[in-house]
Amino acid sequence: MKKDTYIFGIETSCDETAAAIVKNGTEIVANVVSSQIESHKRFGGVVPEIASRHHVEQIIAVFQETLEQAGLTFKDMDAIAVTKGPGLVGALLIGVNAAKAIAFAHQLPLIGVHHIAGHIYANRLVKEMAFPLLSLVVSGGHTEIVYMAEHGSFKVIGETRDDAAGEAYDKVARTLHLPYPGGPHIDRLAAAGEDTYGLPRVRLEEGSYDFSFSGLKSAVINTVHNAQQRGEELVPENLAASFQASVVEVLTEKTIRAAKEYCVEQVLLAGGVAANEGLRASLEKAFSDMPATELVIPPLSLCTDNAAMIAAAGTILFEQGKKDGMDMNGHPGLDIETF
Amino acid sequence: MKTLAIDTSTFTLSIGIADGDVIVAEQVTNLKKNHSIRVMPAIQALMEEVELKPSDLEKIIVANGPGSYTGVRIGVTIAKTLAWTLNIPIAAVSGLASLAASAPVIDGLVCPMFDARRGQVFTGLYRLSNGVVETIIEDRNVLVTDWCDELLQRGETVLFVGQESILHEPVIAEKMGDVAVFAGKAVPYTRPAALLALGSETSSNPAEVVPNYARLAEAEVKWMEANEKKAKGDE
Ligand SMILES: [Zn+2]
Repeated sequence: MKKDTYIFGIETSCDETAAAIVKNGTEIVANVVSSQIESHKRFGGVVPEIASRHHVEQIIAVFQETLEQAGLTFKDMDAIAVTKGPGLVGALLIGVNAAKAIAFAHQLPLIGVHHIAGHIYANRLVKEMAFPLLSLVVSGGHTEIVYMAEHGSFKVIGETRDDAAGEAYDKVARTLHLPYPGGPHIDRLAAAGEDTYGLPRVRLEEGSYDFSFSGLKSAVINTVHNAQQRGEELVPENLAASFQASVVEVLTEKTIRAAKEYCVEQVLLAGGVAANEGLRASLEKAFSDMPATELVIPPLSLCTDNAAMIAAAGTILFEQGKKDGMDMNGHPGLDIETF
Repeated sequence: MKTLAIDTSTFTLSIGIADGDVIVAEQVTNLKKNHSIRVMPAIQALMEEVELKPSDLEKIIVANGPGSYTGVRIGVTIAKTLAWTLNIPIAAVSGLASLAASAPVIDGLVCPMFDARRGQVFTGLYRLSNGVVETIIEDRNVLVTDWCDELLQRGETVLFVGQESILHEPVIAEKMGDVAVFAGKAVPYTRPAALLALGSETSSNPAEVVPNYARLAEAEVKWMEANEKKAKGDE
């Protein structure tokens, strides 16, 4: 019988200090996330220096709780996996250096993981992957469609040319004077409103899987400005619903088209914006007409940043014999196709 | 007691290993290169050289600032994680105190100094006497001109140490005259032996060791200023 594989995962690329233990790449044994969101709220966004300060303060408590939850020690682990990029460099360096210290102390392999690969692999903690597959990755910093022919192979077939979907959400939320982080507030408002403002759908050139959200964001800002100048009252619920409808329609349409063109077995939703109810509902509805393609949407807790996803992706790299040295660095702009 | 000491609070990388009172190894590289890439390989190589396994370690000592924010965090993160996971004590010591303790002074006031840009320094005032280091003025982030005024009130000769104090030598010499003596070139950086000596007396819980930045993050300063303005505007 094959021995079980236990991977200890670490994630500090943005404002969550997280650690987790995953068994055989599919089963969460422990998953601890310490969120800093309260500390960044007063600044209206994540402040890199503050994020780094929190990581170094919280990291041992997070590690400790992870081992306690699992009832395991590092002697039970097969490797240490850590996000090496992309992300905030100062924040990444806390996880990377802590991972090195543990790997060194216990003579374990050190595995650097791409953050987005992690988001995609969060799905494997819910449902075994079936290849080929596509993943729609939507987060504060990313909007991508990634094609996977097999484990550990990533090809970006479409990406944003300007703002990420999550960034557009945050900026629109600020325009509507909603508190940070804006995404969930817009999602909630949108659920109570209707798509009445006729905002543009930016599809770019024929056949492209790329995205662009800056025009849509400007259209929202202009709508607010024009209403102010004319002294008209806006209906925030309807404006949120109109904005969300445009984002969701474009994301859904391109994902469906790519799924058909690439004849995939599965479509996986990944990233923080995957928590968006509007997007979930739209994809579920669209894929209900495509029974040959399975749509996998992880639970909310696995959509936002966590370390279980890093351990899950790290398991594949471990099985493939991929390791990093003690000279591993943090890479703020790491490329998913070549990492 | 087999002890590993790490200081990455400036661009200098200092590592020391002691076995009881004996300094087994000291390694300093004074290069403007990336600590994140270099610290762990350097620790690994030095430990191999002295034939120590990680599990042989009985204590970790780390300089927890002030200094470069990222540099301090890399050293503190490695040190506290090592201490925690090896279940051994850790001692956090001031990087400035250890720089002061690196001075070959028998008795007198020593001022260690790291540059903090825009005419500011990270500094403190220490008295060395018979190998004992006493804190006279706590580590702080201060304008070098204000700092000179404060030191002048002591009416005593001050020895400035640390390679970055050389940047401020003209200003200090002009303000303080004869009472300022400079050894920035003779004592350019922290000797790991000084770090090992300073950390030998204390120990803390690894989870509780945090950097001493000696100043707020810029975003916090701006936020506080904005709030003060708002409060005044509301009056
Ligand atoms: Zn993320």
